Amino acid sequence: MLIRIALKNLLGARLRTILNVFVTSFSFFIILLMSGMYDGMLQHAKNVTIDTEIAGGAYWHPNYDPLDPMSFEDAHAIIPNEIKLLVDQKKAFPVLVSQASIYPGGRIMPAILKGIPPDQNIVNMPTQSLNGFNDGTIPVLIGKGMARNTKLKVGDSFTIRWLDVNQTYDANEGTVVYIMDTENFKLDMGHIWVPLDIAQSMLAMEEQATYVTYKTGLKEVNNKGDWIIRDVNYLVQDMEAIIEADKPGAQIMFMILLALAAMGIFNAQVLSIFRRGKEIGTLMALGMTRLRVVMLFTLEGGLNAVFSATATLIIFGPVLLYFGVNGIPLPLDYTEMGLIMAKRLIPVYSIGLILSTTILVSIIVLIVSYMPSRKISHMKPTDALRGKAIA
Amino acid sequence: MNKQNSVIIINNVTKNFPVGGEFFSALKNIDLTLDEGEFTGLVGPSGSGKTTLLNIIGGLDSATEGDVSVLGYSMDKTTHNERATVRRKNMGFIFQSYNLLPVYTVFENVELPLILNKVDSNKREKKVNQAIEWVGLGDKRNSKPNMLSGGECQRTAIARAIVHQPALVMADEPTANLDAENSHHIMQILVELNKELSTSFVFATHDEKIMGYLRRIVHLDDGQINKDEQVKNPKYN
Repeated sequence: MLIRIALKNLLGARLRTILNVFVTSFSFFIILLMSGMYDGMLQHAKNVTIDTEIAGGAYWHPNYDPLDPMSFEDAHAIIPNEIKLLVDQKKAFPVLVSQASIYPGGRIMPAILKGIPPDQNIVNMPTQSLNGFNDGTIPVLIGKGMARNTKLKVGDSFTIRWLDVNQTYDANEGTVVYIMDTENFKLDMGHIWVPLDIAQSMLAMEEQATYVTYKTGLKEVNNKGDWIIRDVNYLVQDMEAIIEADKPGAQIMFMILLALAAMGIFNAQVLSIFRRGKEIGTLMALGMTRLRVVMLFTLEGGLNAVFSATATLIIFGPVLLYFGVNGIPLPLDYTEMGLIMAKRLIPVYSIGLILSTTILVSIIVLIVSYMPSRKISHMKPTDALRGKAIA
Repeated sequence: MNKQNSVIIINNVTKNFPVGGEFFSALKNIDLTLDEGEFTGLVGPSGSGKTTLLNIIGGLDSATEGDVSVLGYSMDKTTHNERATVRRKNMGFIFQSYNLLPVYTVFENVELPLILNKVDSNKREKKVNQAIEWVGLGDKRNSKPNMLSGGECQRTAIARAIVHQPALVMADEPTANLDAENSHHIMQILVELNKELSTSFVFATHDEKIMGYLRRIVHLDDGQINKDEQVKNPKYN
């Protein structure tokens, strides 16, 4: 009986219902979009790292610690045979890492020198740009952020100084051959990329490497010497730790959005219910009990939530889908801030996010429908009939 | 009067309202008995206590002191839910400002008491159509209140009040918002229903036009009954 009356009330009150449903569905939309953008940002950061840097994983020289540049001096060796076989089969590529100093425009700057095979196609880096330079200069690939900091342009030359395997300082001219536009700041800031063979020659570390990055889907080799395998899970653990550490922040943001949505819904519901004081008085005069009045209005709130979820799907679903496919362009380049952020942020809507948002918004709608109707139903019917204001 | 046929028995009822830290007595020691099928008016100037008395009879308000028995139910001893049940099953209300639900059609407004009484849909449709025909709104059954005149709204309210054939209908200033023609039309409908259904009617009014239809007039002044007269030959009834 109540559901029939509630449905009739909602469908009968066209404009009021439309406004309530729109406010609630807009709240649904904003929460889904904002949370989806946040999840998308984190997911994107992980994807970019895998795409441009990690691929399937890597074999590290046992002394290599990417967070300790002092370790680079000792982190190089001939690649173990089985790993070398992967390299020969183009299933992996070696990288040689060393500290260096560069002198762009007469200034001295510390840098990480990395030698990489120009013809690799395992990670998404424009290393092919390092090909075809045989005039004795060192072709150098740098990122956009590095170019901005050093004021280097394509064709500019600058001095590179390094310490070779014999602890001898040496220097030569490097020429910027390409400036890459990458979202992964770890490939950009403080990095200079040169062809692997040139790096090996500069450092007098022929056939040596610091780590070997391999394709996705490869099994671990049996004989890898003392080199250490670092799979994707290990290599993205920093990223996941950041995501994990950021969870409370994400939850707070979710709660703030939810609270804002709740306030909007509460306003709409309270206004709607308190404006219907006379109607409630009439229902009581016709013999509806207080409990049934409360149930009726709470049920209306519940149906409002169902309508809102449907309206979100119909009205805002295509918008969410559009953003989910095409992304949202961001006005700033965040790489120089040390953030892996897409130029177009693609929101990710997980089932968990959709379910939790639907359930939470529905509960809020029920609560904000229950509270004012409970209060109004406790008025004397004579006061409700007069449309007396509620304190 | 025969107590067995009495639908309303009021003994020594007083109603006080708090006003600015003191109490204002809206009703003072009221004694009143109304029998089945009566067509009675509580008449008096504004502030005389007629609406308060009507609300107490209808269980919408409670007396500060005294006993109120309506249709055999002691209203001052029943719970809110029991009073709601008595109203739902045995009473009908007609309000000065109609109190129709604005989002419902005439049919749906009239249907509401039957839905609340859980009458099945076939019976419901028959009874609603019958009630709408009684009040002459057959052609307006799908109209919403904002499409009706004041007289049509009040006729809808009357149909809603009598559709479940209650033993007692209470009307609070039912013609106050209507012109003379509509007022007479409304009262003629109520007289017919009173005769046809033996429903008891209690009016709260100070409208002279209504008084010409009443068979009993209870005069209230300053919260007290100062005259209770039987009208042997009502002007229009």
